[in-house]
Amino acid sequence: MNQTPLVEARGLTKYFISRHGLLSRRQKCVVALDGVNLAIYQQETLGVVGESGCGKTTLGRTIMRLIRPTSGQVLFEGQDLVPLSRRQMLRYRRDMQMVFQSPYSSFDPRFTVLNSIAEPLRTHTTLRGEVLVARAHELLEQVGMPGEILHRYPHEFSGGQLQRIAVARALALNPKFIVLDEPTSALDVSVQAQIINLLQALQRELKLTYLFISHDLSVVQHISDRIAVMYLGQVVELSATEAIFYGGAHHPYTRALLASAPILDPELRRERIILKGGVPDPANPPPGCRFHPRCPAGTAICSEAEPDLTDVGDGHWVACHRPPLQPNRAR
Amino acid sequence: MNDTLLSVEDLHVRFRTYAGVVYAVNGMTFDVRPGETFGLVGESGCGKSVTGLAVLRMVPHPGEIVKGRLLFHGEDLLQKSATEMQDVRGGRIAMIFQDPSASLNPVFTVGNQVVRVIRQHVPVSHADARQRALDTFEAVGLPDPPRIFSTYPHELSGGMQQRVMIALALSSGAELLIADEPTTALDVTIQAQILALLTELRDRQGVSMLLITHNLGVVAETCERVGVAYAGHIVEMGQTDDVLRRMKHPYTRGLLAALPPPPPPKRGGGGGGRGRPLQSIEGTVPDGLRLPAGCPFHPRCPEVMDVCRTAKPALVSVGPPGHVAACHLYTREGVA
Repeated sequence: MNQTPLVEARGLTKYFISRHGLLSRRQKCVVALDGVNLAIYQQETLGVVGESGCGKTTLGRTIMRLIRPTSGQVLFEGQDLVPLSRRQMLRYRRDMQMVFQSPYSSFDPRFTVLNSIAEPLRTHTTLRGEVLVARAHELLEQVGMPGEILHRYPHEFSGGQLQRIAVARALALNPKFIVLDEPTSALDVSVQAQIINLLQALQRELKLTYLFISHDLSVVQHISDRIAVMYLGQVVELSATEAIFYGGAHHPYTRALLASAPILDPELRRERIILKGGVPDPANPPPGCRFHPRCPAGTAICSEAEPDLTDVGDGHWVACHRPPLQPNRAR
Repeated sequence: MNDTLLSVEDLHVRFRTYAGVVYAVNGMTFDVRPGETFGLVGESGCGKSVTGLAVLRMVPHPGEIVKGRLLFHGEDLLQKSATEMQDVRGGRIAMIFQDPSASLNPVFTVGNQVVRVIRQHVPVSHADARQRALDTFEAVGLPDPPRIFSTYPHELSGGMQQRVMIALALSSGAELLIADEPTTALDVTIQAQILALLTELRDRQGVSMLLITHNLGVVAETCERVGVAYAGHIVEMGQTDDVLRRMKHPYTRGLLAALPPPPPPKRGGGGGGRGRPLQSIEGTVPDGLRLPAGCPFHPRCPEVMDVCRTAKPALVSVGPPGHVAACHLYTREGVA
């Protein structure tokens, strides 16, 4: 892992305004991202975990500039992408690509595989005709699909096969950075393993940098170098994967999340921490620490002041009022 | 005394479609004992959900149950009349589904819906039914039952809606609960709450459960016994511990190996499996329209033999009593 950030988010904030009714003046403001700071280093995989509504997908899309943030910066190789025009963005789009959760809805059903893969090449390069077909062929082989399928349509493939084609399309322009938004959540476990292996092999071979968004802790743990845990639009803990999974998780939410995941091997089973209630409405987040109404370790200050994300050592960042623990004695 | 509550015997379900006949369930056999949670686990298309629906005779058109017996307390549900089935559904056997928001009627309050189900099955007054609904809400851990009673489904979160569904299912005193992916649409912290609730209800009220899921972790934490389904039949079944730790069928082995390995419990405890490639099962789950001959797993099986291509293996004992697998590695045809 190289120590220069490829992508950086600085104070990234995104509000979505939703009206109550068609003619209503009342507006609801959903805070999807609230001052997110993080860096993604060259050739690493940064995993983002959290429950639905925590802003992990918005984070991925905002970094890709598919969504314009309300405030904050997205730096790609030092260049702030936020103020760029559509035309100025074009040259950065080549370097950053995305793979979505549902392979069925990320293809145009009327496009052949060739058309889908060729579209980015036609937009961004001068490849045409046979050279273009040859490149599409090569891309398919890179993801373990036979080149003969170029003239077939999306409905002829299974979810796992389509996800491979989606990866091929993302690789078409030789990107440096790929946002993977729940790329295996729609797949069965036996197929999920194939896709994860493919993503890891491609990362090594092509020196790719990944932002891997998922709600599945076991998958994130397997693929990520570092992990960011999000809750209601904020990063509550950010650290090397080992530190979080080897008992160093500090934030009570991270611990509850780890303890909630069902574990196969009874010997590895952790003490259950069952949180009360559900995730609060992001349009009306609680004051102070966002997690305090569900927190098993909360104190008086938690309902008043919002904790800052602070470094507790070794690049381990935590946003919690409790005094930092020694990583080895954490559990 | 019979020690099974529900026994599914050689169940076959097929769907006649324009594309051809889809063989969804092909000889599914298992039983659920009183007071236990039996897990039916498998990947998409293995027939697990259709089996759950078939028990209540709710297989959607154009599906039909072509063969088999569904014994509930020793009586075959397939022989019952439509009116008799009305009493079984929601009365003695209840079912909850993956998406609670699609199971609740959006234009009635949840209280109204629960009261209606209770009065369908139990001869009580409206006031008594209301009290019974409030008690069930309390039992499934819904805060402030009178308030919840008069809310509409959209006012509740997914976890709350699933609690309402569980209340609805249990309000008429069902003995068997069929739960089809009850936590798949929920976040992990909420999933943990619902699983804890289901386990508690089983222990406290003795409700038996058929838990249909694709998640092996959920099975490991909640089920006494488990059946692994593939292409419409059980390939391995037994005590959860035997099946998940001393698995015999190559498919079960492949399924478990495909999961990302857990990190070692302590720092420096061996490095775990991070970064190492996962084992995957080559190919994809077969399509019910074109099932392979012989053992349906043979085209993907790493230990395939000649006999597997022609003969479908039966379930044979492979370990402690009750641990069975359908694989020619253990059958007489395969060994000979």
